[in-house]
Amino acid sequence: MPSPLCILIAEDSPADRMLLATIVGRQGYRVLTAGNGLEAIMIFARERPHMVLMDALMPLMDGFEAARRIKQMAGEELVPIIFLTSLTESEALAQCLDAGGDDFLAKPYNRVILDAKIKAMDRLRRLQATVLEQRDLIARHNEHLLNEQRVAKAVFDKVAHSGCLDAPNIRYLQSPYALFNGDLMLAAFKPSGGMHVLLGDFTGHGLPAAIGAMPLAEVFYGMTAKGYSLAEILREMNAKLKRILPVGVFCCAVMLNLSFQRRVVEVWNGGLPDGYLRRLGSGERIPLRSRHLPLGILDSSCFDDRYEIYPMETGDRIFLLSDGVLETCNLGGECFGEERLLGVFAANCQPDLLFGEIQQALSAFRGEAQDDVSLIEVSLMEQGQLPHSPLIFSDSGQDFPLDWSVGFEFRAETLKHFNPLPYLLQLLLEVQELRLRGSVLYTVLAELYSNALEHGVMGLDSSLKRDAQGFAEYYRERRARLANLCDGYVRFHLDLRPEGAGGRLSIRVEDSGPGFDVQRMLERHASTEHLSGRGLKLVRQLADRCSWAPDGRSVCVEFSWPARHNPPDCQLAQE
Amino acid sequence: MAITSQPSADGQELTIFIQGRFDFGAHQEFRDAYERVNVTPKRYVVDLQGATYLDSSALGMLLLLRDHAGGERAQIRLIHCSPDVRKILSISNFEQLFHIA
Repeated sequence: MPSPLCILIAEDSPADRMLLATIVGRQGYRVLTAGNGLEAIMIFARERPHMVLMDALMPLMDGFEAARRIKQMAGEELVPIIFLTSLTESEALAQCLDAGGDDFLAKPYNRVILDAKIKAMDRLRRLQATVLEQRDLIARHNEHLLNEQRVAKAVFDKVAHSGCLDAPNIRYLQSPYALFNGDLMLAAFKPSGGMHVLLGDFTGHGLPAAIGAMPLAEVFYGMTAKGYSLAEILREMNAKLKRILPVGVFCCAVMLNLSFQRRVVEVWNGGLPDGYLRRLGSGERIPLRSRHLPLGILDSSCFDDRYEIYPMETGDRIFLLSDGVLETCNLGGECFGEERLLGVFAANCQPDLLFGEIQQALSAFRGEAQDDVSLIEVSLMEQGQLPHSPLIFSDSGQDFPLDWSVGFEFRAETLKHFNPLPYLLQLLLEVQELRLRGSVLYTVLAELYSNALEHGVMGLDSSLKRDAQGFAEYYRERRARLANLCDGYVRFHLDLRPEGAGGRLSIRVEDSGPGFDVQRMLERHASTEHLSGRGLKLVRQLADRCSWAPDGRSVCVEFSWPARHNPPDCQLAQE
Repeated sequence: MAITSQPSADGQELTIFIQGRFDFGAHQEFRDAYERVNVTPKRYVVDLQGATYLDSSALGMLLLLRDHAGGERAQIRLIHCSPDVRKILSISNFEQLFHIA
């Protein structure tokens, strides 16, 4: 039950005051009375009546001044003031309203009109109260929401930006609130020293668009660090998004696997606009087309992880963009569009400035800020110019035994579908002494495995890869032969032994192929710089020892390490 | 934005007509167009002749319709696609999920 309306009557004539108090009181309202303006504001301050009936002319302080003060005290709350007046000149009446009066009532008083005015003013008062209440509620909600977004963004930034977007071969442009546009940019070094890059764009805006970004980033970083391949990571991301996102929410994405050693890039594009590979030498521009449905739509059984492979040279650049770039609008509502973008490419003379030129063209086009743009440039650099990234591994804190050996044989059916490298790497990284050389180990394992599989088991000829066309041919053939593989094997034999206070790891890789002329191969690699053959050279540089069986069917590499020096904090703990 | 739907005489097919911008603003209307009908059609047709614009939320809505119509078994045709609309559908490779004409 709301308290009854409380009305203050300020009137200097006792007779009029009594009369009004009686009329108002009979309507069921609570009545307060004051004999002049000063008394009125004191009572107002103490009792906070809902409404005031105010005589204009009173001793000590007149109604105009009292009205002004009461309005000031009331602040945002509406306290209607009805002036009681025998004045009739319009100027005097206007003065009542100027002072903050809401209405007036002419003397002598008419009971019916007085009551009607009180009711009308009460409605107005309640309306104002409701508006204020709702305004405050909205403000609170909004503040709450912004706060939640800040927290979400802070958490997300920790996850999403744990990668290497700041690597010297990457430039990017992204709105700080991209997360809530559903845009996502991830980059991470692989254990082999190569790099995975992902540009994603979730459907919709706001929280629903942001929600899928977190699991996607986790899968991307977790699997990249463990040495999983592009196809495996895409598969897992797709399966995960499909499982957790509602139907109708999905993620358009491009993912790159850049290998600085092999100088190739693998590209998978599902639903984003064409990206571009731009050659440094020729200026040639190769579109990286979307050939797949976005992530999170198809069941795993239908998901297509086929990607394209392009050879790259130092200084070649890849540009990836979200549809926000093409849909950037100018004031006339016109879109920036593909044609204008390609115009910027065509006009470019210094490749190094291209990224900046695209940025300039976009901001010149849109005029004022309307920032929903994600753009990233990734270039191929010499490996030596890039920082070396530490591997991420979970440490059980226990020492792993140092004296064991283990053998694996992967046969045709397995070779077709399974990448054994992450498992082998995880096993080896249990050995603390090997962790510091994790990326070297991975690179060597990866090179030996692909040699055994491609040249040994499948009999592919690496000399095919001498030019860009042969290169494409090589990978087409690789895919075809792998799909039809029905026999053959690759064996890994890992042997770990203590040696003095240190230890030694030997890895022997053997395949079912016919072998090759080891001597000739070594001579050929010594003499020329091929698109092929980089792999073996690398292995010989990275491993401590490397030798082929005379028949060329198995290779053995060794890594050894001296006695362990405990880091200082460990020694302290032991004392 | 106006979305209407019209079942065929035998009730086997439901045609949904899109007018104007097909984006998130059309979400409820689009759902109503296939949920609030008294027929259980076997096939769906989305007529995009009047659609001036289509964004990624519209693609999401089409997936919702596909889900409603039986997922993998859904028979949905998208007809009268303008070149712009067709381009957006093809970037996302939606021709793998819908018949586009």
